[in-house]
Amino acid sequence: MPDNVVDYDVLRDILEEGLPLLGEHLALVITAMVIAAAIAIPLGILVAHTRRWRALATGIAGIGQTIPSLALFGFLIPLPLIGGIGAHTAIVALVLYAVLPILRNTITGIQGVDPAVRDSAVAMGMTRAQMLRLVELPLAAPVILSGLRIATVATIGTATIAAAIGAGGLGVFIFRGIASVDKWQILAGAIPSALLALCADAGIGWLEKRCASS
Amino acid sequence: MSLIEFHRVGFQIGPKVILRELNLTVEAGETLVLLGRSGSGKTTALRLINGMLFPTSGQVVVSERPTTEWDAVALKRSIGYVIQESGLFPHFTVGRNVGLQPELAGWPKEKIGERVRTLLRTVSLDPDEFLARYPRQLSGGQRQRVGVARALAADPGILLFDEPFGALDPVTRLDLQREFPRLVTELGKTAVFVTHDVREAMKLGTRIALLEAGCLVFAGTPGEFQMCGHPEARAFQEVFRDAG
Repeated sequence: MPDNVVDYDVLRDILEEGLPLLGEHLALVITAMVIAAAIAIPLGILVAHTRRWRALATGIAGIGQTIPSLALFGFLIPLPLIGGIGAHTAIVALVLYAVLPILRNTITGIQGVDPAVRDSAVAMGMTRAQMLRLVELPLAAPVILSGLRIATVATIGTATIAAAIGAGGLGVFIFRGIASVDKWQILAGAIPSALLALCADAGIGWLEKRCASS
Repeated sequence: MSLIEFHRVGFQIGPKVILRELNLTVEAGETLVLLGRSGSGKTTALRLINGMLFPTSGQVVVSERPTTEWDAVALKRSIGYVIQESGLFPHFTVGRNVGLQPELAGWPKEKIGERVRTLLRTVSLDPDEFLARYPRQLSGGQRQRVGVARALAADPGILLFDEPFGALDPVTRLDLQREFPRLVTELGKTAVFVTHDVREAMKLGTRIALLEAGCLVFAGTPGEFQMCGHPEARAFQEVFRDAG
């Protein structure tokens, strides 16, 4: 059969296998993003006002970013508890990658609050918690969401490599396709992950705009 | 009765002295203008009154109690504060901005609504037109009016103004300068007003305190200020005369 003709049996097989892989991919990304946000946003809030802590936190978070993703997966495999083959190791690596953009944007967002607005809040007798809830977080929200968007899009891409350490996801198609020189398999992994990244970018971007205009 | 008293107040950040040996009183019902060049310590002095800053030596007494002995939140909520560019919360409507302090103090919703409408009328803004607007939908003058309304929200006895009209165009500034004394007198407030504009000081102050490099060099009525022979006072007098 000519190479460019679609074999419907292959397509059906891809679809049957693809849905669970898409589910795995989403699970990897969502779990990693929830954990990364739960670490980076509170940490960003805590360190935003102190230069020394700010530098330390972004410095440590930046270390993860400097290691190439495949190498990082490799580094993690031999480690006890967080390492090994499978999804949990991949999630650790994805979290390490996602923390920095969220952390950096949380710090930038909180620091970006107009000093006059902050002064007004202090002069009004707001407590630290009220200031955070009523002033800093709402005003920093678009910038924090922008960090979440960047991190999510990158995580969707990096998660395809997680298949190399047995974490599943759409990367399974890509790696298998490369190994067997099967472009349909490669596309079956590449197209949905690209669409997923575009949807995440548009969806979170829409939230960002809504926050910025309210 | 002195509502605010500075007793040998000093303030420094590290080795940098901002205020030294400041002795000053503000009587109930008066408008004291803190006049001085940029960096003379005016804003620092203002912030020592509502506990945004605390003296590094001496003490500031508000309503017969040193600021260090006040509950920090209670002190701030008993004093209204208006700053340049108004410092309105950009994500809140005019109504929420003005009603925020009563909301924080736990007032019931209907009472807050009523208070906000009254205050907007006090600063010559029609509540029906302005309540739902956001600060970005207001002119500079309107923003300052809302800033004043917000400072008045919890009915404080003392109002602090930190160059509130500094960023306004001259016509709007003149409008607000004309309205300001009426508002303060009618509402029976005590006001401390920071400015580097001597014309504004002469127009608004019942008393003027002149600061130079963190030291008080003059305190008295606008009439007395014009007679003062201190070189810094003469520099400001010259500006006043030149402005006609």
